[in-house]
Amino acid sequence: MAGMTLSQKILSAHAGRKLAIGDTAVISVDYVLAHDTTTAWAIEPFHEIATKVFDPSKIFIFFDHAFPAPSTQFAEMHAKIRRFCSEQGIKMHFDGVCHQLMAEKFTYPNTFLLGADSHTPTGGAMGAMCCGFGSTDAAVAMATGKAWVKVPETIRINLEGKLPFGVYPKDVILGIARDLSSEGANYKVVEFGGSAIADFDVPSRLTLCNMCAEIGAKTGIVPADAQTRAYLESQGRYQPFEELRSDPDAHFEQVLTIDISKFEPTVSTPPDIDRGVPIAEVEGTPITQVFLGSCTNCRLEDLAVAYKIMKGKKVKEGVKFIVTPASRQVYEQALVNGFLMEFSKMGATIAPPGCGACLGRHMGVLGDDDVCISTSNRNFTGRMGSPKAKIYLASPAVAAASALEGKIADPRKYLK
Amino acid sequence: MRVWKFGNSINTDLITPGRYNITTDKRELAKVAFIEHRPEFAREVKKGDFIVAGRNFGCGSSRETAVTALLECGIAAIIAPSFARIFYRNAINNGLLLVTVDEAFIAGVEETHQLALRESGVVNLTTGASAPAGVSPMLLALQKHGGLLSFLKTHKIEELERVQQ
Repeated sequence: MAGMTLSQKILSAHAGRKLAIGDTAVISVDYVLAHDTTTAWAIEPFHEIATKVFDPSKIFIFFDHAFPAPSTQFAEMHAKIRRFCSEQGIKMHFDGVCHQLMAEKFTYPNTFLLGADSHTPTGGAMGAMCCGFGSTDAAVAMATGKAWVKVPETIRINLEGKLPFGVYPKDVILGIARDLSSEGANYKVVEFGGSAIADFDVPSRLTLCNMCAEIGAKTGIVPADAQTRAYLESQGRYQPFEELRSDPDAHFEQVLTIDISKFEPTVSTPPDIDRGVPIAEVEGTPITQVFLGSCTNCRLEDLAVAYKIMKGKKVKEGVKFIVTPASRQVYEQALVNGFLMEFSKMGATIAPPGCGACLGRHMGVLGDDDVCISTSNRNFTGRMGSPKAKIYLASPAVAAASALEGKIADPRKYLK
Repeated sequence: MRVWKFGNSINTDLITPGRYNITTDKRELAKVAFIEHRPEFAREVKKGDFIVAGRNFGCGSSRETAVTALLECGIAAIIAPSFARIFYRNAINNGLLLVTVDEAFIAGVEETHQLALRESGVVNLTTGASAPAGVSPMLLALQKHGGLLSFLKTHKIEELERVQQ
């Protein structure tokens, strides 16, 4: 048997036997994640097969997709989920976007996270295997602590070089999505490596892994290292971990080497993620809304980049600039260091931590004539509201520069 | 039986858009299937109809309602060159038949055509074209049991490792 990939090792450890690529296996899961919509759909399936969850301490229910409730219908759904959590002794989380909270508080390297949300791969930034599933799988995992999986192929992406001035991890992943296409990694794991990855801190890696969902991947993963340790220490929850790696003779379906020093600010044009273009091609496109938020890009580091560009300036008159910190921790840090006060003075609307406008439920829904530049991960038709609205995806830097000008703008001129 | 034809990368926001996707009632979900992308679909779809689509059908959000709504509409099978991962899994768990065929066959299908699924593959009864079809062994196995939840009422989850044989 050839050497093993990182994800093959993690899955093997969770199956209790050595697995080959392509094997179907039943594995134990370390964490089950679901939120205020996917949990609602998991409750009935759960009751079909069980009365008590396998271990309430391993189940994480987040109220983030529509919190606080934007309608009576959602309030009823929330109530149903709260009853389920109370009956089962499961802790509820009201502190922001599920994927950000898992990274801040819970996920450790080499673990397996089953998440009833497509952006669960975000947590691959912690060196864990974090995969998105549906509500039936979440119900089964809540009942049994287990899931069936097929051991995936891996695409290894080696990042080399240094990020140019004004270019961020978001630009890298939008560029990768353009090159690989929105199904380029379908069913596969994207494992990041190369000399540049050591320079990417965990927040940057969260952005990279988050958008692996958009190229079809089962997950993105960055092997745990000194950056992972530093992040866990900053969160006050470091515990020693094994630095698992793919074996030198592991089988990769593809190995891609990408020189990140050649990247430019990149904007994904509607209506698909893989329609990324260099900013020059869309510069000057008028916009009506800027959304700085989501599990992709609204951590403190993202707010800092936006602040650097916008400091001392005002949001263009008539533009809705919505800032939605990813978590309570980010919100509180940005309150204490003054970012939120500064953004407010510039004319921003500050929304509470959560998914907010990203999925068109509330706090920034788009109308027919709206054109939005967003730091989130999906620009599908109708994603944020009206199917006639247009959504462009970009880095927080591009979003900030665009907020100042009321049109898609290159952030580099504000960074000099 | 009729064919509903769709393009590439039909995402789950198009199947059950987020704004309508706030009920756990299957019949209500069936009414919103493709509500903005193809408004006549939910009104006119009949039990036994096929969806024929381009690559990467079901990409995007993990919402299982996309599968639930199409099952409840009575869709007999979705025939496409490729499917997105979570949608594929949700279909396997729920017993919605997904059939992979090559792009050339898909290109020759029009909505007025009659299709049939055979042991040997997919046949276009109108043009006479046929193509070998791929179906997940796990899907076939679970479909026999009425889906994953039904399977688990009488089996341990570990038995899934052997169920495909």
